[in-house]
Amino acid sequence: MSSKDNILKAIRNQFVESVPLPSLDQDWIDYEDRVAHFAETLESVGGAAHVVQSMEQVQEILSQVPQYADAKKCVSTVSGISANVDLNTIGDPHELEDIDFAVLQGQFAVAENGAVWITDRDVKHRVIYFIPQYLAFVVHCPGDAASAIVSNMYQAYEQIKLTGEAEFGAFISGPSKTADIEQSLVIGAHGARSLHVFLVENQTP
Amino acid sequence: MSSTQDHPAKAKAFVANNERAHWHDKALWFVREKRDRMANSLPEWETLREVASEIKSHTIGKLADYLEQFEENATKLGVHVHWAKDDKEHNRIVLEILQSHDVKRVVKSKSMLTEECHLNPFLEKHDIEVIDTDLGERIVQLRDESPSHIVLPAIHIRKEEVSETFEEHLGTEHGNSDPKYLTEAARGHLREKFLGADAGITGVNFAIAETGGIVVCTNEGNADLGVSLPKLHIACMGIEKIIPRLNDLSVFLRLLARSATGQPITTYSSHFHGPLTGGEMHIVLLDNGRSDLMGSNEFRNSLKCIRCGACMNTCPVYRRSGGHSYSTTVPGPIGSILAPAMDSKANKSLPFACSLCGSCTDVCPVKIDLHHQLLTWRGELRKRGQLPIDKWLPMKVGSWVMRSPSLFAMVGSIGRFFLRNMPRWMIYHGLNSWGKQRELPEAPKKSFRQLYNEQQKNKPQAGDKNNE
Ligand code: SF4
Repeated sequence: MSSKDNILKAIRNQFVESVPLPSLDQDWIDYEDRVAHFAETLESVGGAAHVVQSMEQVQEILSQVPQYADAKKCVSTVSGISANVDLNTIGDPHELEDIDFAVLQGQFAVAENGAVWITDRDVKHRVIYFIPQYLAFVVHCPGDAASAIVSNMYQAYEQIKLTGEAEFGAFISGPSKTADIEQSLVIGAHGARSLHVFLVENQTP
Repeated sequence: MSSTQDHPAKAKAFVANNERAHWHDKALWFVREKRDRMANSLPEWETLREVASEIKSHTIGKLADYLEQFEENATKLGVHVHWAKDDKEHNRIVLEILQSHDVKRVVKSKSMLTEECHLNPFLEKHDIEVIDTDLGERIVQLRDESPSHIVLPAIHIRKEEVSETFEEHLGTEHGNSDPKYLTEAARGHLREKFLGADAGITGVNFAIAETGGIVVCTNEGNADLGVSLPKLHIACMGIEKIIPRLNDLSVFLRLLARSATGQPITTYSSHFHGPLTGGEMHIVLLDNGRSDLMGSNEFRNSLKCIRCGACMNTCPVYRRSGGHSYSTTVPGPIGSILAPAMDSKANKSLPFACSLCGSCTDVCPVKIDLHHQLLTWRGELRKRGQLPIDKWLPMKVGSWVMRSPSLFAMVGSIGRFFLRNMPRWMIYHGLNSWGKQRELPEAPKKSFRQLYNEQQKNKPQAGDKNNE
């Protein structure tokens, strides 16, 4: 008998009372001001949120950010943001090791934990979310900024529609961090050393 | 069989360094307090725990079906799914995959399961370099130690010691123990390892039956870097990591980081559905005693554990004795339940490394009745004849004495006499474990019963007064 059959048989031989699967649709927290709560939470985990009205404004703010302004190599997957490395011309993801700054598309944001949902759909190398020194996400909001922010994780998963094909997605909340040396928080463990999130209002995706 | 692990003996060595023991205690309590703040910030905290516990109970009841569903869906996404009965088979499968791809260098993110299987030394024996990429794990790896905590692997190590280790292995400045500086050095060192790796190994926090995907949570981003550069990703998981639905994650991700480190969510909660474009992904499902545990009405609940570490951070025994005193991959309250299930004889001291305060049960995000299970283990060890003599003999004598009031009175007066009049060495010695770090109270001259009887005699008759 294969190990698979062995294991399944061992499990099925155990008598375990079955209990029903609980409903996930409960009275979860709803924030009155999702934008403020998201910004506050993101800040508490080391990131920064910006509500803006246009892509020009994103570019303007970015230009004030020294890490972007001084970046030698920059990737952008968001139209309207200038960059000098085109992800699609890169064959081997290892070549991205010296990317200083990346501006990437975020899908929507979560107020309760400051996270942004990202996917690698239409992104040639998923390592671009993890390898740059500094990172910015741009989230297009169909209406005001709150229209792209859900209150809690239950609502967040209601938004996620998987394709059924191989794909990668992640909630990313703030820059990379560690507290493994004496519980002292250090920002910039392996991934990005900083994270800006731009919520661009009234954008048709 | 493994040798008997003696928690009190190892704990003694840990508390011998009083300063370090206090520092350790405080560091963990700090994490526990952060957890409390996070839990209190959500009005639905108790509902979340309840729902999480129910999802896990339900899943364990239908585990075989969900495992099959998971395999089917993962396979559709192009994942190779493997099944391993025990640690040996697990390691063999991983080795075969690596060898068939000619892999020489592997980067691995935190996985308690690969610790359980002792995968690193096994692969190293076959000339494969394995680098642990979680900072805490890398620190203990360089020091040739094992993690002392499942979430905070290097919680027992001082920054000055990290500095010495890094000076030796990474060439950092002598005497510079600034955590920022040391982390930066590790970042540089591990970047090279990420870029040079032929394959990445990760653990699994959750595996979704409905979609065939797995979720890995980290703060450092090391799991993602490790499996987004090389083309080969191997994920190793225990069969209990399955959850039925994608949206079940909403419950678990809300609980996990809040319970673990007091963060609203880990920095990265990565959902892997299938391999990288042009890459290969393997998932190894491990049993290793888990299906046996399912059959036990008393201990089945321990399979619900999501390895948040909250029960360790809150445990007064863990905080004051250190993770290594448990001699197990998973220490603390949950480890003291799981380890005897694997080998009750070798781990018989662990269910006693507990004051039954119940704090672990209060914080556990999936509502495992930890302290009850620890108590049940004590009874179970008694049944199996594995109780150490200093545990069962006093109990037996005690119960015999307490059954006879006159005997009880006599033994009591002898005891009081001895405590007051005997030299210290006759009272504080090896057989009196209570006296090891404590002073016994001063024994009164008279027993409670004597005092009570005397008082009753001398008392003015209350009834008489009222009638006057
Ligand atoms: S037993 Fe509960 S508290 Fe302890 S690690 Fe597991 S889930 Fe966390």
